[in-house]
Amino acid sequence: MRQKTEGQVLGQPKDGGTESLVRELVAHFREKREPLRRQWVEQMTGKGFLAGLTPEETERESATIYDTCVGCLETGQYDGAQAYASKMAERAVLRGMTTEQAIGGLLTLRDVYGRSLFERYQGNMKRLSEALDIYEPVANKILSIVALAFIDEREKVVRQQLEAIRELSTPVLQLRAGELILPIIGMIDTQRARQITEGLLRAIRANRARVVVMDITGVPAVDSKVANHLLQTVQAARLMGAAVIVTGLSAEVAQTLVTIGVDLSSLNTLSDLQSGIEEADRLVGYRVITTEATMARNAET
Amino acid sequence: MGVSRRCAAEQRGAATVAGEIRVALDSEADIVTARQQGRALAAELGFSSGDLTLIATAISEVARNIVAYAKRGEIVLSHANQGSRRGIVVVARDEGPGIPDIAQAMQDGYSTSHGLGFGLPGAKRLMDEFDIISQVGKGTTIVMKKWARRHG
Amino acid sequence: MEVPILRQGNYLIATIQAALSDAALLELRDELVERVGRFRARGVILDVTVLDVMDSFTARTLRGMAHMTKLRGARTIIVGIQPEVAFAMTQLGMTLEGVETALDLDGGLAALRRGTKGGRDRGR
Repeated sequence: MRQKTEGQVLGQPKDGGTESLVRELVAHFREKREPLRRQWVEQMTGKGFLAGLTPEETERESATIYDTCVGCLETGQYDGAQAYASKMAERAVLRGMTTEQAIGGLLTLRDVYGRSLFERYQGNMKRLSEALDIYEPVANKILSIVALAFIDEREKVVRQQLEAIRELSTPVLQLRAGELILPIIGMIDTQRARQITEGLLRAIRANRARVVVMDITGVPAVDSKVANHLLQTVQAARLMGAAVIVTGLSAEVAQTLVTIGVDLSSLNTLSDLQSGIEEADRLVGYRVITTEATMARNAET
Repeated sequence: MGVSRRCAAEQRGAATVAGEIRVALDSEADIVTARQQGRALAAELGFSSGDLTLIATAISEVARNIVAYAKRGEIVLSHANQGSRRGIVVVARDEGPGIPDIAQAMQDGYSTSHGLGFGLPGAKRLMDEFDIISQVGKGTTIVMKKWARRHG
Repeated sequence: MEVPILRQGNYLIATIQAALSDAALLELRDELVERVGRFRARGVILDVTVLDVMDSFTARTLRGMAHMTKLRGARTIIVGIQPEVAFAMTQLGMTLEGVETALDLDGGLAALRRGTKGGRDRGR
């Protein structure tokens, strides 16, 4: 029965014959290290995978990778390969390496190793077949480790960028002392709602704001979930002593709020941002006075 | 867990066993201990400051439930790994009267009107995972988990 | 009495210094209500800045306290709820409906002097 245990060479029942063949393959790859490594580097250069690497880096990296792979074949353990792959992926993504470059390099090495086996055992098909049975699972495992490390690293970068975009997309602006404007644009999911709320609450504290004008004109879809998020934002702001004026509420959205049981009279709502700002001024105690010069100018236009 | 951490935890009135922190709930004063221990552990696990408050509040609610209805019980804090993310596990256990109708108790309106406060449904909202097993006459066990959001 | 209560003119100011047990919170409530009557205070400011958690018991107790002081002619203003605490409270569903709040001590005093309620505590 075939036993597949993590970290072991897959697919082969262990017996004396297999072990000696593994040793033979390892010895072969170690003996042919220089020619095979150089062949690999040449092929990669030809395909353009080494753009951006100095000759010293190429020498060093190719040697490390070559030896690590042979090590996996010898020991059946992949921890070293895993660690190296993660490090390499981090560097690769930082450098802007393409997937083709990252994976392509290793695919080339796999072919170089494979061809060398063909050459060695070409007179003995049975032996070649046994050698490939041992070699191929190892090569495939290493490749999947590298591919996954690369994907993980890319996803990490995407997440970081998404986070940054979220932060930027809902700025809290101070209109006057004690007055904040929060224009919300775009879809709101639970995570974004939380981010908006946390950002607003911190701004209330930092600016000692007593009024927030929250404009939701730019929120495309306000279903009951989104409405609840907005309501919670308003409630949280209130707990910190800030009144919230909601502007940009369409008739539809008002209907949604009523449907989910919101007492609209408990929400201070106004139709547009301008009215909201005027109301905020009133609450805080500001009065906007138009100077005579401006009035004269306005009269002319 | 480091020695200094264990000492500090024990000083605060909790017992520590290989990665677990147990807080006995005998009186309402223990509620504060339970949530402070929870906050401390969550901080070690790298939760954001907002999440620390959510976790501490959830612990406060379930601990309060135990003290109010079962009179005594315990909170067991530990951590868990799921792939590459880490999380906090809070087990709230008592041998109290048990909850006859869990579904009902988990409804917001019910718990508020019966003076249970926001307890269980509230705690569930604050955590990522929430499981409750209860048997009338035997007791109640609640297991809650929250996972630290990966910061890239 | 763990929590110091200061008197400033017609107002009482209580600043919580550390996490309070249930019993201590109830004691604070009763003490404040008693003093409102004794000094005929017009306003109470309760500073909860140091509280890192406001659970349902705390919220219920504070609501009750605000109601009781109102019956005796004094407005209670809760000040100092921190951002993370405010967020957790709304997630829990505790909105302190009908209780006045302000950002901090200064904000609370300003609110008491203003006398009017504005948009802060709308929503009864």
